Amino acid sequence: MKKLISVMMFLALMVPAASFAAGPAVKVDKANVDVTNTASLQRGAKYFVNYCMGCHEAQYMRYNRIGRDLGLTDDQVRDNLIFTRDEFGDPTRVGALMKNSFPKRDAAEAFGTAPPDLTLVARVRGEDWLYTFLRSYYLDENRPLGVNNTVFPNVGMPHVLWELQGFQRKEVVGKDARGHDEVRFELVQSGSMSPAEYDKAVRDIVAFLSYMGEPIQTERKMIGIWVMLFLIIFTIIAYLMKKEYWKDVH
Amino acid sequence: MSKPLNNLVGWIDDRFPLTKMWNEHLAEYYAPKNFNFWYFFGSLALLVLVIQFVTGIFLTMFYKPDAAYAFASVEYIMRDVEWGWFIRYMHSTGASAFFIVVYLHMFRALLYGSYKKPRELLWIFGWLIFLVLMAEAFMGYLLPWGQMSYWGAQVIVNLFATIPFIGPELVTWIRGDFLISDATLNRFFALHVVALPLVLVMLVAVHIIALHEVGSNNPDGVEIKKNKGPDGKPVDGIPFHPYYTVKDIVGVGVFLILFFAVVFFAPEAGGYFLKAANFVKSDPLVTPDFIPPVWYYGAFYTTLRVVPDPFLGVLTMFGAVFVLLFLPWLDRNPVKSIRYRSPVHKFNIIFFGLNFIAMTWLGTQPTDTTLVEWGLRSTLVYFVFFFVIWFHSRERSLVMSLVSFLVVVAIYTGYDLTRVDSETMGLVWGTWLYPTIYLAITLLLPAFVRGLGKDKAVPERVTA
Repeated sequence: MKKLISVMMFLALMVPAASFAAGPAVKVDKANVDVTNTASLQRGAKYFVNYCMGCHEAQYMRYNRIGRDLGLTDDQVRDNLIFTRDEFGDPTRVGALMKNSFPKRDAAEAFGTAPPDLTLVARVRGEDWLYTFLRSYYLDENRPLGVNNTVFPNVGMPHVLWELQGFQRKEVVGKDARGHDEVRFELVQSGSMSPAEYDKAVRDIVAFLSYMGEPIQTERKMIGIWVMLFLIIFTIIAYLMKKEYWKDVH
Repeated sequence: MSKPLNNLVGWIDDRFPLTKMWNEHLAEYYAPKNFNFWYFFGSLALLVLVIQFVTGIFLTMFYKPDAAYAFASVEYIMRDVEWGWFIRYMHSTGASAFFIVVYLHMFRALLYGSYKKPRELLWIFGWLIFLVLMAEAFMGYLLPWGQMSYWGAQVIVNLFATIPFIGPELVTWIRGDFLISDATLNRFFALHVVALPLVLVMLVAVHIIALHEVGSNNPDGVEIKKNKGPDGKPVDGIPFHPYYTVKDIVGVGVFLILFFAVVFFAPEAGGYFLKAANFVKSDPLVTPDFIPPVWYYGAFYTTLRVVPDPFLGVLTMFGAVFVLLFLPWLDRNPVKSIRYRSPVHKFNIIFFGLNFIAMTWLGTQPTDTTLVEWGLRSTLVYFVFFFVIWFHSRERSLVMSLVSFLVVVAIYTGYDLTRVDSETMGLVWGTWLYPTIYLAITLLLPAFVRGLGKDKAVPERVTA
């Protein structure tokens, strides 16, 4: 019987796998994240390890890299970000990759599809998509977990942040130029945060995901400015040298 | 030069032609003095080749050609390897930069007739470089082992399956498996880092030797060797070193500013250089619903998918590459440079360039009826261009012009009649105007307005 239920659930959840690659069915909101804001990234890291990492991994990212980039000591990282143990039962080391111990097969059985790795999700989906996605859960009795999502219809993931946001109801108010539904959400059960606070928390999570997609991005741009300055001076000098050599040609 | 250094050079010269080679290829290689903007791209192609070699060598130190580790090893390079992100972005940007530079280099040959006698072989070597470069880029694109790597390779390798009789077995042989797998990744790695680079370097060497044997063409298309001074040196030539070495350094500076602007500020180049879907590890069970090629294959991909029959489509695509090879024998006009060619020829060349850009863009877009129809029309213009450039080899009579126009238009109009229905009528006959107007301008117009088809007198010596 248990097996039958899980098979039924699996079949019911096959749909999201099919619609996985399709573009969003609704217009996405601007995330406006700031990956140079360390405080925002630290809050995002906190939310990430608390709410996301139970099921998702960030298997290409190391804990101490977050510490180094976000201004945290190894001890702070150990105390605040690491809640897992390694294969020997010891607390996960600070230099380890951010994995969890949720077997892929069990995860696939529970949710219909294994939760994807999130290291690069911001580069795949884009910041705006993620920001809108995490704010677009609504109550839907037809779904096994009671919730659905307008950005990712029939998503396998439950509304993990319901404690913070509460639950909202969807209302279709019209159609936009591209034929997409224009929806409005109405909060029917409030969470521990006000809508404005929740948006801010989601923005922090998305900022962290964006940072994690490419940890070097801020430093890369700073180095780039110096490279540009050097190359411009180099090119000017090269041009003057060319002019000098070519005096006798024309 | 100091005495010990002179002695050393002398010692080497007794055993190896060092000074002789230096003189033949640099200090006493006389290049026309009137090179313009378009002549930077040869040396820049060499620069990008070096960038790809150096960054590629460093990448192989950390990359793992194993289906289980390849994707993770690329992320390892991006995160854990010191400056690994810098090396990787230079290599990924370098791939696109290579094609930009090479396409501009080829267009230069088109502008100034650089493939004409005595430079046919030079053109053929260049064409071979282009061919190997496309294979090299294709193999390299599989290595990050992302979704686009995997499915892009799947699509392209499967092209060979359309070959009658041997197709399916051939494809299995290429992959080394019944699907793209670890075996495929390993052999593509071997070809990408050893076999093809080796061929590429040898072809580049042969290309340069051929160039230095016949001498460089120039924007006037005048042979500077025909006008030598009493010292036996071309009057309008200047030694490559130091004149063009210092000039090319300026080109290098401008190029590097653009190159590193991408590397540091926009390494994904809006999805054109690195695709979002390639940040997902390859999954043989999940087919992306849209598998666009990388931009530099766009034009050729367009020619592939506008033909309904797969095998004919493949032939069309390879035909689009191969037809370039015959350019020296199609364009038989004795005037090399576009400067002294007729106004219709000028139009023809520029239109071909714009049409190629349009084809490149179309190849990266999803298949939609309107875009595929435009793809078909631009493909048609691409191929007809090679007829038109032959047609312009000399001034044609009114009868010849009319007959040529009517025959070519009749051929594709006949094809259109077999496929048009009431639903597609507007689109088919609307886009029909595109190649037809192109042909009217290039074939008919000079027959009625005689001045437009007239070439100008080529000066004795280079100008400016």
